[in-house]
Amino acid sequence: MANNVMQKEMSDNNIMLKTEHLGISFGGLKAAHDINIEIRKNQLYGLIGPNGAGKTTVFNLLTGVYTPLTGKFYLDGEDLTGQRQEIINRKGIARTFQNIRLFNNMSVIRNVLVGLHNSPEYKCTPFESMFRLPRHFDSEERMRDRAKELLSIFGLEEERNLLACNLSYGNQRKLEIARALATNPKLLLLDEPAAGMNPQETAELMKTIKFIKNELNMTILLIEHDMKLVAGICEELTVLNFGEVLAQGKTSDVLNNPDVITAYLGQDED
Amino acid sequence: MRKLSNNTKYDFKFKYLVNYCIVLALLVLGLVLMFTGGLKMSFARLLTQIGFSIILAVSLNLVVGFLGELSLGHAGFMCIGAYIGGFSANLLSNYIGSKFLVLVLTMIIGGVLASVFGFIIGLPSLRLKGDYLAIVTLAFGEIVRNIFKNQKAFGGAMGLSTGRIQYDSRNNMTLFIITFAIALIMLFVLQNLVRSKHGRAITAIRDNEIAAKAMGINVTFYKLLAFIVASFFAGVAGVIYAHYTTPVSYTFFSYNYSIEILVMVVLGGMGNITGSIIAATLISCVNFFLQSRLSGDLAALRYLIYALVLIFIIIFSNAPALRPFKEKYGISALSEKIKKLLKKSKPFNPAVIKEDEGSWDRIPTKIDMDALLSTDINPDTPDEQEGADKKSD
Repeated sequence: MANNVMQKEMSDNNIMLKTEHLGISFGGLKAAHDINIEIRKNQLYGLIGPNGAGKTTVFNLLTGVYTPLTGKFYLDGEDLTGQRQEIINRKGIARTFQNIRLFNNMSVIRNVLVGLHNSPEYKCTPFESMFRLPRHFDSEERMRDRAKELLSIFGLEEERNLLACNLSYGNQRKLEIARALATNPKLLLLDEPAAGMNPQETAELMKTIKFIKNELNMTILLIEHDMKLVAGICEELTVLNFGEVLAQGKTSDVLNNPDVITAYLGQDED
Repeated sequence: MRKLSNNTKYDFKFKYLVNYCIVLALLVLGLVLMFTGGLKMSFARLLTQIGFSIILAVSLNLVVGFLGELSLGHAGFMCIGAYIGGFSANLLSNYIGSKFLVLVLTMIIGGVLASVFGFIIGLPSLRLKGDYLAIVTLAFGEIVRNIFKNQKAFGGAMGLSTGRIQYDSRNNMTLFIITFAIALIMLFVLQNLVRSKHGRAITAIRDNEIAAKAMGINVTFYKLLAFIVASFFAGVAGVIYAHYTTPVSYTFFSYNYSIEILVMVVLGGMGNITGSIIAATLISCVNFFLQSRLSGDLAALRYLIYALVLIFIIIFSNAPALRPFKEKYGISALSEKIKKLLKKSKPFNPAVIKEDEGSWDRIPTKIDMDALLSTDINPDTPDEQEGADKKSD
């Protein structure tokens, strides 16, 4: 018995994100219903499904944009249900957006610096900034170095002084990921990172995502439509359809699941 | 690395020094005239007016240009500062002999009280956007001045008499020195705030509030901070106004004056402090000369001429035909030339912003007014238009 409890605790310790019966409905529409996902630490987890299946809704629930009507979710054992967006971000969930949301009128490096805003090692009150006390210069200098470091992961350090809106589409996606990483998250949510990229850029992105996972020890949950990318890097998958979980498990099993194929391609007439 | 960051410091210093220089130039102009005995009363008063217009315009720019919220109640904050400052100065002058000390003390009182109201007005701004917030702030300005109008203690409809505490006298005109000193302090505080991580957070909220929240920016805190700082300085400007003219009349702080401050910000370019300073100076001068130089039948046309001048300025600042001329002789061209003289370096590439911190005043200065007003009230609608590519292997 004691052994069992021990084992359960052990496995709990290893789980980064856990959702229990997570759900929300808008009017009569169940946008997400009874979602149970467990993501282990340092895992690359995929979330797929046809249009309107509720994938982005799940992201919005996990980042506090929506408050779930039912269920709870835990990050690293901590219940974050119903917290405000900025609190959830500080606790360690960072995201990118499906339709890119950069700070367009700021330079690339400033975008990343905004992401670094809450890092405890760069603390500095508005008062200190207004009157230029030493801590301001110190933190600004170190933030800048850190931002350059992050940009170099994505090969953007040359473009750091361009306006974010002047970057190419692929680079804008990369910048969004860099900015999310700057908040020093435990779990990174990527909403269609490869949308609008050509095959070569996608391959490059796959490499980068693998790099983030392996070298930075990041846990990643990703929404994607590009099946090559999903099959190439995701270890486990959850398939959503009409707001509910259709299939869950190892990538290869799920992609061969007849239900999943039906959901994506439709049923044979005869 | 080290060398690069030293370079940055040099770069952005130059940019914000320009603003101090303009204010200092005005101050020095006044001082030179004063010591050579050529300072007329009317010109000293114009300088004071320019001074508090600069304070008002730059502080409003923090809310409108950097935070991106349209506020039409800036005259309301000034009104609070003027009435409270004038009232407490009347009281304090019974106990304190030094006019200077009274002025400084009442500035603090007026500024703090105005910023308390800034906090209160900032609260709805967390839920309201665009024109809705504009309506609330507009109403706030009207409510404030009507409350003061109906208080016997503040002089009622006659206005609060501040004749006793008028700072300037016929042979001692020094209020403009204090006004410009305050303007310099304000520039120091605001520019430092804007060019720091906190300023970045404020501009991030303007650029994309949803993304700012997702990056862990405390939107509540920064919106309130911007409103509080801006209204503090508006209150201080109000206190200067109370020491500048008598009586302090509620009619001055009308909707029109709020708009006039907004015009200064818009003319100068939103998010452009140098522009605000120049526009505030220009508009104050235009106002002043139209008021004092037009006589007889022309005086009736004052507002018409004022409007024509504004239209001319706006056309001049945007007309494509004038662009080559401006590129050659405009302010930015001038500052580039000075910089080249100082540094003899790289060709100027407008796409490349100087190292980050300097870029605060290269934020595109003209935010589309329409875009500002038609901000999406409910941008959180679930967007599920996923890509069209749906193949399953």
